[in-house]
Amino acid sequence: MKYLRHLALPLIAVLAAFIAGGIVVLLIGDDPVYTYRLLIGSALSWPDGIGYTLFYATPLIFTGLAVAVGFRCGLFNIGAEGQLTIAALATAWIGFTFSNLSAWMLVPLACAAAILAGAVWAAIPGVLKARFGSHEVINTIMMNFIAAGVTSALTQSYFKDPGDLILQTHSIAAAAHIPRLGRFIPGMPERIPTNIAFLLAIAACVLVYVFLWKTRWGYEIRATGANPKAAEYGGISVRRQIMLAMVVSGGLAGLVAVNEVMGYRYRYYQGFSPQYGFTGIAVALLGRNHPAGVLVAAIFFGALTRGGLFVDIFTENVSKDLVLVLQALVILFVAAEALFRGARAS
Amino acid sequence: MSDILNLSIIYSTIRLAAPLLLAAMGGLFSERSGVVNIALEGLMLAGAFTSASVTHYAGSPWLGLLAGVAAGVFIAFIHAVACIHFEADQVVTGTAINILMLGVPTLLSGALFQTTGSTPQIPQSNLIPNAPIVIAFLLVPSVWYMLYRTPFGLRLRAVGENPEAADTAGVSVSRVRYLAVLTSGALAAIGGAYLSIGQSSLFTRNMTAGRGYIALAALIFGKWRPVQTMLACLLFGFAEAASIQMQGVTPYIRVEYIQIIPYVLTMVVLAGFIGASRAPKALGQPYKKR
Repeated sequence: MKYLRHLALPLIAVLAAFIAGGIVVLLIGDDPVYTYRLLIGSALSWPDGIGYTLFYATPLIFTGLAVAVGFRCGLFNIGAEGQLTIAALATAWIGFTFSNLSAWMLVPLACAAAILAGAVWAAIPGVLKARFGSHEVINTIMMNFIAAGVTSALTQSYFKDPGDLILQTHSIAAAAHIPRLGRFIPGMPERIPTNIAFLLAIAACVLVYVFLWKTRWGYEIRATGANPKAAEYGGISVRRQIMLAMVVSGGLAGLVAVNEVMGYRYRYYQGFSPQYGFTGIAVALLGRNHPAGVLVAAIFFGALTRGGLFVDIFTENVSKDLVLVLQALVILFVAAEALFRGARAS
Repeated sequence: MSDILNLSIIYSTIRLAAPLLLAAMGGLFSERSGVVNIALEGLMLAGAFTSASVTHYAGSPWLGLLAGVAAGVFIAFIHAVACIHFEADQVVTGTAINILMLGVPTLLSGALFQTTGSTPQIPQSNLIPNAPIVIAFLLVPSVWYMLYRTPFGLRLRAVGENPEAADTAGVSVSRVRYLAVLTSGALAAIGGAYLSIGQSSLFTRNMTAGRGYIALAALIFGKWRPVQTMLACLLFGFAEAASIQMQGVTPYIRVEYIQIIPYVLTMVVLAGFIGASRAPKALGQPYKKR
């Protein structure tokens, strides 16, 4: 019964978003049923639909987990975008700088760089919150802008191939590439970029679950999020938990770099992220800040991203931005959950 | 450095600060009443897109501006209903509005103009003159007067600082907050409209490029006070103007480093290194009437 209740709200929110989105489609002059059939159907075909859906889902699992860990501690990490941007540049830097290392050394090193860079970028607003009480929302937004500026400047000044007109770094060494899933799954061609970062993302879901619900640190993070004053009275250092939650959150966001740099583009490319960090907020909310929910919600949004490309091409007027609208509506409906309870505030 | 260069940087500072100032003044209303307004970005986009579209069809930038304001108020109404009536998390709702307004204009421009997110060019003669700049800077003394010298200003501050007390004194907390959030929609939309039918001659996808967030930062930098907020907007406008002028002039300093100075400064101010920056006490908390 309890599980059913947890499922009900997200499902109602998604349904409400699709209905509202359908009305928008209708107003624009297309057939909502046809559009939605295209959106969902094209995401479920084998191997391309499912392959790309999981590929698009992978970064969203990481950012969804990142936002969820923050939420569990009562923190709103809007900065996953900046954290993953810095992490991607750091990962690429390791990948093209230590190019003479073997894969056994380079892959773990690059992954560690991804986690570390994301964690450090999140630790700055974490310290400011813990030490000075300054609000993490503003600081993480500022850190997003700073990340965009710093990565652009560094790439332009030091890491670009001479004469390259695109703002991107050198390629990483082949030893830093991680294999695509197509190599192991019969029937899935290797051109589909789904890679073992997807398995890493599933492992991250399990680890986050164990961390939050089976360890003392996780318990203290959740206690801080539930009621910081009570936690403080109970002998928990709220400041330390804020730091811990931000660092873990940033590290998770940083792992997006493994998928994007080591498994897909094999270099850092300015503006590679279509706002994965912000979509992660939708993923975490829809997934009720639980790793299992995050996994399902990320795959759902991954499917929408995949399907959106087909909507773009095969409908008269509707573009792939329908997906953005659906995402926003899902967040709105989950946030205003009182709407479905008939609760009256004023 | 010639005088001409200095004059032109002053002018472009004012031009670039104006949309920030409009949005920040809107944010001031909303946040002083206790409603976090991270949605300024989306509200600006709503104003920018609607005013460019309507100007294109109607041929009058004033009608366009009016329509843009209406759109901003409408989107702000969604934020207000979610935050005030349904007690939704204000930051979450604001984020949703920003994502929504990234998608809606692009979706509509595809349907209306068969483009991927931009409106058609508006002829030079149909662009709005510098009126929004005048509005922006006239707003500062007016908002100051309203906030500190009128009964409404007192109520606005009371609702943001101590809603229980305001309620006891007979002030309708939700009515003041609705009014404040809708005002923020109108002002932010004028800021957005100035971008699309003033500084430029069409709407392009995500054309605010984070200006709503920067306006919010300026508001915090200015400690939620009108005059200080204006100075913060001028500083941010100056950083943008300077980085535009320096583009390609000095090969040694990358412009990105100048662009990030305001963001770093905002964090420094927020941490209390340059005098304490204190938010309205009830900021972010829904008010439950007892």
